[in-house]
Amino acid sequence: MKDGFAARKRKEKIFKYACLALTFSSVLILVVLLYHIGQTGNKYLSLKFLTSWPSRFPHKAGIKAGIWGTIWLISLTAAISIPLGVLSALFLEEYKIPGKIGKIVEINVANLAGVPSIVYGLLGLTVFVRYFGLDRSLLSGALTLSLLILPVIIVSSREAIKAVPDAIRFGAYALGASRYQVVFWHVLPIALPGILTGVILALSRAIGETAPLIIVGALTYISYTPESVMDEFTVLPLQIYNWASRPQEEFHYLAAGGIIVLLTVMLSMNFIAVVIRQKTSKKVKI
Amino acid sequence: MTNEAVMTCRNLNIFYGEKQAVFDVDLDILKNKVTAIIGPSGCGKSTLLRSLNRMNDFVPTFSMNGVINFEGKNVLKEDPMVVRTRIGMVFQKPNPFPKSIYNNITWGPKIHGHKVNFDELVENSLKAAALWDEVKDRLHDSALDLSGGQQQRLCIARTVAMKPEVILMDEPCSALDPRSTIRIEDLINDLREDYSIAIVTHNMQQAARVSDYTAFFYEGELIEYGVTDGIFTNPQEKKTEDYITGRFG
Repeated sequence: MKDGFAARKRKEKIFKYACLALTFSSVLILVVLLYHIGQTGNKYLSLKFLTSWPSRFPHKAGIKAGIWGTIWLISLTAAISIPLGVLSALFLEEYKIPGKIGKIVEINVANLAGVPSIVYGLLGLTVFVRYFGLDRSLLSGALTLSLLILPVIIVSSREAIKAVPDAIRFGAYALGASRYQVVFWHVLPIALPGILTGVILALSRAIGETAPLIIVGALTYISYTPESVMDEFTVLPLQIYNWASRPQEEFHYLAAGGIIVLLTVMLSMNFIAVVIRQKTSKKVKI
Repeated sequence: MTNEAVMTCRNLNIFYGEKQAVFDVDLDILKNKVTAIIGPSGCGKSTLLRSLNRMNDFVPTFSMNGVINFEGKNVLKEDPMVVRTRIGMVFQKPNPFPKSIYNNITWGPKIHGHKVNFDELVENSLKAAALWDEVKDRLHDSALDLSGGQQQRLCIARTVAMKPEVILMDEPCSALDPRSTIRIEDLINDLREDYSIAIVTHNMQQAARVSDYTAFFYEGELIEYGVTDGIFTNPQEKKTEDYITGRFG
């Protein structure tokens, strides 16, 4: 008996430390990566770097076009994907499509979340760039990215809507409310923090996307800021990709500088999502 | 006071899918009276109550036939939203909206576009629910800060604010402590002056304390219905007697 216990305790300890080591190894990799990028990137990181156009002379090059392109693209993507995604989720949860068709829609949405982004790029190229003739515009890019993150927004919004207690819905229905009134006065406000968290995480994924944008024809050399949704554009990750793939080492420093900017934006978006989630996790339990 | 019926159920059958839950029930809800619906778990009493204001419509497999007469119309054929404005409901667990006390009460009348003085409405509704004195200084605090018993009285106030004809209560005290229960029972006593009440309860003492009429259900059938005193002191049916004397249930 006693021996058995000792052996089990030993195993328990080994397991615990193995898990600990593995956890820290991934954190360590991230730290090393950040350190390395910080080292190489700070050489060019300055206000001038943020406000200059790309150039073939490394000391003159900057990410102004990338920043503005990213801001335009993400705002446009948000404007398209948030209403579409949230309303789809509301429909699927609150109105419910009965029977087989409902099941099929549900499985499809879940599966779309797993489709590789390059496939969305090809879809965007065929449908938006060619068929609708939107060309290599911001709009094409934003529509493509919207398709890409739509399933993520739908799935996370549905979870948030599902978490709204039925008791609240019934309480409102019992006062003679219509479905629309129940949804917009009660379900949506209660689910909003959860929805926002999902939306922000989805958008921060979209900010980092490169592959689909290359396919729909985003450029890498642009020396103006977009003025309309039909303008051509570049984005931060593309600019980074372009610099990183050049042979001259100086450009790699520029790429690292771009990565620092991109990471800062993404991490602060994720941070906001975490704050929203923690601030509101205590609310509404019936 | 006359024994005028505000709601009359005739030949009411209720189904969940293939399974019949309520069989051929005739039941009257009398004006300004409290009607208790009692019976063992699964006897169909809650199902019946929730059918009276069409709250069972949300159960996908639910269906019913028969007649529920209310204000000269058949509830089964009416728009459920209209029905629910005239027949309010208080649920088993307090379910205030996560809004202020004030907004909990005004929300119903607001969405129906009632043109009333909301301050007065809030005060009167809270007074009717015996909650005014406890919350008058914090009307704009969250309803979720109230105790369970207070929340339930707020839910009653919210129902009263719609000025319904009938109030349905589905085991309104089962989630509450004994003191809160007594307060709700006293409240039901007062509410009968202005409303007709149907209350489902597990608790037979409660039925005896608060109701004027009692309906005993067993396995989906209405076994016995009559004046509460009669049901409890001199039941006509063997099953009723067995149940109220605690031989089963």
